[in-house]
Amino acid sequence: MSARTDVKTYSGFQFTTILCILILYAPLIVVTVYSFNASESITTWRGLSLRWYVDIFVGPESAKFQQAAINSFSIAIIAATLATAIATAAATAIVRGGKYRLRTPSLGLISLPIMVPEIVLAVATLIFFNFIGFARGYMTILVAHIAFCIPFAYLPIQARMQGIENTYEHAAMDLYATKAQAFRRILLPLMMPGIISGFLLAFIVSLDDFIITNFVKGAGIETLPTAIFGSVKQGLKPNIMAISTMLLGLSIVMVTISYFVSKSDNTK
Amino acid sequence: MAGGAVSGGSAASDTYAEARQWLLVPSWLVLGIFVLAPVCVMVIYSFLTKEFRGGVIWDPTLAAYDQFFFDRGLFGDGDPKLQWTYISIFWRSIWQAGLATILSLLIGFPTAYYIATRPSSTRTLWVFLITIPYWVNLLIRTVSMKFLLRDEGPLNGFLMNVGLINDPLHIINTNLAVQLGLFYSYLPFMVLPIYAAVERYNFTLSEAAADLYATKWTTLRRILLPAVKPGVIAGCILVFVPSLGAFLAPDLLGGAKNFMIGSLIEEQFKGNAGNWPFGAAASMILLSMVMIILLILSSQRRRAGVDQ
Repeated sequence: MSARTDVKTYSGFQFTTILCILILYAPLIVVTVYSFNASESITTWRGLSLRWYVDIFVGPESAKFQQAAINSFSIAIIAATLATAIATAAATAIVRGGKYRLRTPSLGLISLPIMVPEIVLAVATLIFFNFIGFARGYMTILVAHIAFCIPFAYLPIQARMQGIENTYEHAAMDLYATKAQAFRRILLPLMMPGIISGFLLAFIVSLDDFIITNFVKGAGIETLPTAIFGSVKQGLKPNIMAISTMLLGLSIVMVTISYFVSKSDNTK
Repeated sequence: MAGGAVSGGSAASDTYAEARQWLLVPSWLVLGIFVLAPVCVMVIYSFLTKEFRGGVIWDPTLAAYDQFFFDRGLFGDGDPKLQWTYISIFWRSIWQAGLATILSLLIGFPTAYYIATRPSSTRTLWVFLITIPYWVNLLIRTVSMKFLLRDEGPLNGFLMNVGLINDPLHIINTNLAVQLGLFYSYLPFMVLPIYAAVERYNFTLSEAAADLYATKWTTLRRILLPAVKPGVIAGCILVFVPSLGAFLAPDLLGGAKNFMIGSLIEEQFKGNAGNWPFGAAASMILLSMVMIILLILSSQRRRAGVDQ
């Protein structure tokens, strides 16, 4: 096919794509490289070193970061687990519940946390906790995270369940399995890739959240993002580069797992 | 992450029809109590009187909206004049978000098109490369951008080393930095929906146009673009809406002079201003703007017969 009639290729599009990838990754690569800088300053390069990674664990700010990490990870695990369970139940009702009047409103409610701008959701949640007299702290962060993680867990689970034909459950029920058994022994195992993928995405979204956490956290408690933000407001420091690189690596690992798990097909 | 609603798909299997209410109860409870109810309470708070150290006094008033739109002089008894301070912050946010959207479209469209026309073996890798930044912590990405754009940062260092400039460019704490930050934050949101649309596009249509002597760019503009328009619109919403309410990019990259809506709202709750009803009213105005945009687009899509 000659270049003129090859309708699929346009000159410059490949260049733009490479530029796009470069833009997306350049800042992340630069920060990763500088996190291994031996220098006290973030500007001058003094050779490779792991000193800032050591500093996170034993340095003057280590206690603060460790507490923040414990808060972040425990909240992310609990919130992602509960959000995934709630989303799985909801997806079953939406995908396997037939047609009914509450189906569309339920879908609307589930997508609400991703339709409302994050700062508005943050304001609303803060005001609500104030209104019901719920003191701000660990519990307020946890509850807010459970709520906004639901749509992120829901999407891959729904996608997965739509891909599973109901003949498998019907075959089980023809063989006298109860509906509960068909769900637990047939549908749930088939849905596992979607559930794992949903859990991992909810986990990352919870771990990464800054705006809502910053509003509902109260004075004495920090998560990793709020601790990093507080530190960056006082100036960029090399230990922040190291901690950011570690979080970056964690996100990449989890997204990679989620991506390949959700692509896997266990219905064969 | 505002944008498109979740679609339930059309599969109408009813294996678990009799349990559906019970299966939905947990999500109704959690989202009803901690998302829907808070938004309703926020509406009420926007009509209450401010308490000076945060919080509200239960005395209904329109003061918050009045303060947003009108200036009544130093003692609050002058003739109402339009108050430009807050309107201009909103206007600047719309402008910034709009420019970020256009910039993402200019880079995102060719990228999405290029990826969608790769053979399926390499396509997965390209999509994966775009997906990774989509999920990476926004705070860390914004901090990385700040690190890169600093006066003494690697970008200026690089440009001075290759001799393109002699003095560092002052990008940080300008409108440009905010724009670059927003563009960088939400660029993957532009690429992914356009990619999905181009991937479904039937290229024999373009080939037919080429056979009838349409040039390649005419084919792109007149044949492909109308067909993938829903994906382009979805991408624009997914960039514009979160940019409009962004807090991190203006706060970390723009400094105190380049206020956007997000910073204005945040200051009412976390900063020194401490005016909760005003913050609630500003949030309501932002939320209404977003909802109007989404409603107009969804009604257009319904008219165009895109929705099932």
